[in-house]
Amino acid sequence: MIEFRKEFFANERDDNLNEIGKPTRRQDILGHVTGRSPYFDDHLFEGLLHIRCVRSPHHHARIRRIDVSAAEKMPGVVRVLLGKDVPLNLNTLLSLLDFGLDDEPVLSTTKVAYKGEPVAAIIAESEAQARAAVLAVKVDWEVLPHVLDVEDAVKPGAPVVCDVYPSNKFIYHGKFDHQKLRYGDVEDAFARADHIVEGRYQMSPIEQAPMETCGAIAAPEVNDRFVCFTSTQGLFFSLGTAAKLLTMPSSRLHFVGGTVGGGFGGKVDSMHEPLAILGAMLTGRPCKYAWDREEEMQVGAPRGAERWYIKDGIARDGRILARKFTGYFDSGAYTRLSSYAIIKGVGHLPGPYTIPNVYADVFCVYTNRTPATAMRGFGITGVDFAIEAHMDKGAEMAGLNPIDFRILNSYRDGDMKAHRRLAKNCALVECCQVVAEKGGVVLTQASRAATSLLDGGGERARLPSRTATDQNGIVSGFKGGNYAKKGGGASAPQPVALPIAASAPTPAYPSPASVRPAAPTYQPAATPPPAPQPPAPAADTARHGALRFSSLSGFRRR
Amino acid sequence: MAKKPVTFILNGSERATFAEEGLNLLEFLRRGIGDLSPKYGCGQGTCGACTVIIDGETHLSCLTMAVTIEGRKVETASGLANGKVHPLQEAFMEHFAAQCGYCTPGMLMSAKVLLDRNPAPTRADVIEAISGNLCRCTGYEPIIDAILATANMRRLA
Repeated sequence: MIEFRKEFFANERDDNLNEIGKPTRRQDILGHVTGRSPYFDDHLFEGLLHIRCVRSPHHHARIRRIDVSAAEKMPGVVRVLLGKDVPLNLNTLLSLLDFGLDDEPVLSTTKVAYKGEPVAAIIAESEAQARAAVLAVKVDWEVLPHVLDVEDAVKPGAPVVCDVYPSNKFIYHGKFDHQKLRYGDVEDAFARADHIVEGRYQMSPIEQAPMETCGAIAAPEVNDRFVCFTSTQGLFFSLGTAAKLLTMPSSRLHFVGGTVGGGFGGKVDSMHEPLAILGAMLTGRPCKYAWDREEEMQVGAPRGAERWYIKDGIARDGRILARKFTGYFDSGAYTRLSSYAIIKGVGHLPGPYTIPNVYADVFCVYTNRTPATAMRGFGITGVDFAIEAHMDKGAEMAGLNPIDFRILNSYRDGDMKAHRRLAKNCALVECCQVVAEKGGVVLTQASRAATSLLDGGGERARLPSRTATDQNGIVSGFKGGNYAKKGGGASAPQPVALPIAASAPTPAYPSPASVRPAAPTYQPAATPPPAPQPPAPAADTARHGALRFSSLSGFRRR
Repeated sequence: MAKKPVTFILNGSERATFAEEGLNLLEFLRRGIGDLSPKYGCGQGTCGACTVIIDGETHLSCLTMAVTIEGRKVETASGLANGKVHPLQEAFMEHFAAQCGYCTPGMLMSAKVLLDRNPAPTRADVIEAISGNLCRCTGYEPIIDAILATANMRRLA
């Protein structure tokens, strides 16, 4: 049963909801039901080689020595890959979007920071031979102390998980060890509040567990190119990542994807394509690198764990006067996409409620757990759970029905939000009213009369007269420029020469100079004016995803 | 590894080939024969994506040795459409019973064996029949609806 109330979206494009509510056949469903949809592994190659990785049995260990001599002599082994064979053996996924420092090797050479981290790869004629040879690789480990809890990881003296970020915290905007949100003055409001409600919420990692495990098959193609069939969810993202790590122009890579056997976010990390292509480059034969189910569960990046502390100050009538968050995202051993999850999550605070004073410190924390990545609404789901659980707690404290409490505090159209944009097309009040009706909950007269169309704006559209700011968590030694290290900066490892025709690098992503800085969309009076803008490039290559992302992260304007 | 001759019927046509003794039926069908419809999901017999029909019974091809199909009849999802799509396939399309599609071939095999044996299954029978087939897109309800609809259509026909 779907009910449309288009009046709440009157200022939006009127497309008459042509598709919504009407059954439509998927365009790919005939292939699905006849077993003919071409997933990455449904491409047959003569002489296919199989890649299996040697993985760390420890959460945290230094690599003293890797001895592959016995493995190299095993039956069927064609080649053994080590970190030194990877042209650019350090990456962070979001470097394609100009965000974060390269922190993760393809095959680690110095130390491992999570259980299952790969340190070598066997390429063999059969999967069984590759598995046997993996067992023959001898690694001399020096086991290091590990840390598995986000709050333990940020304590002084905690083991350093990732050398690039010695405080075990991602550095935002080259400036702070956490992402801040400051709006009004929460401490002042807490002093005036009738009730203080505090809560601690946490969520475990969740594995996406797609039916098809992640993988890729790469093969030499004609004209000095390589074809790569992949399960990736982000074809051009994986293409850019492979081009960067292999230091080759993306025009030499022919990626084929689009048929994904379930992803749910877990197939964006581009772990397989670079190694499969490298195998094809070095052996001249088709190579398949895919996880088995055990690897998918153990080393496949999950939705990261989160821990949230929320403190509300509530007036006697139930209005929330202030809300303060301290959040810890467990990024695992490397950044992957957790830094971005927090940007997204903080943009979502304090939930869909008009609260005049909001404060958040959210940390992207490194621990010796499996690196975390995307999964269905990541960055939002965990904190939404925390917010809504906390709303129930607040309602109880204020002596209100939880739905009345939500209606009282919900955004109305025209209200100022904590990230300094006006709310529009809210309809949360009306959704709550429908929920109450369906659930047989009797609302107060005021809740029944409330409307998101008329009750907002005016006084509620004003910014706080004063916003309390601070320099907590400021760091030094990180420069803004560190975050624009496309294709590897000066301090990045020198690319290894490969036995292939060298071509002028024309990476899939634009060079730093060609990315136009985002114009600031809003500047609160309390913050200093933006730094001088770099000159705009002549070429119109600036219309790129990086533009919007930079604008979102705010990095480019600080 | 030593190879043994294997003669069997695949989707109604006779096949004569060789199989390594330790090879499982899934790899044999996929890489040896080129029938890519059974899928690898776990290799441990827990997910059902590799389900095939052998002599009218569902089997997990990842846990079945290829050489054991000597003289037997094997059916896979790629053979389900015989000139035109099978009623089960039509119902799966009509009821949106596939999202990513990866569990679908195995799901169809389990459904076919159920309907071949029991033309009027209850909802509980359907749930029991596909209990060995995981769908991570969690589209179980449309799948159950599609199988029940196929049974109803057949009774009316």
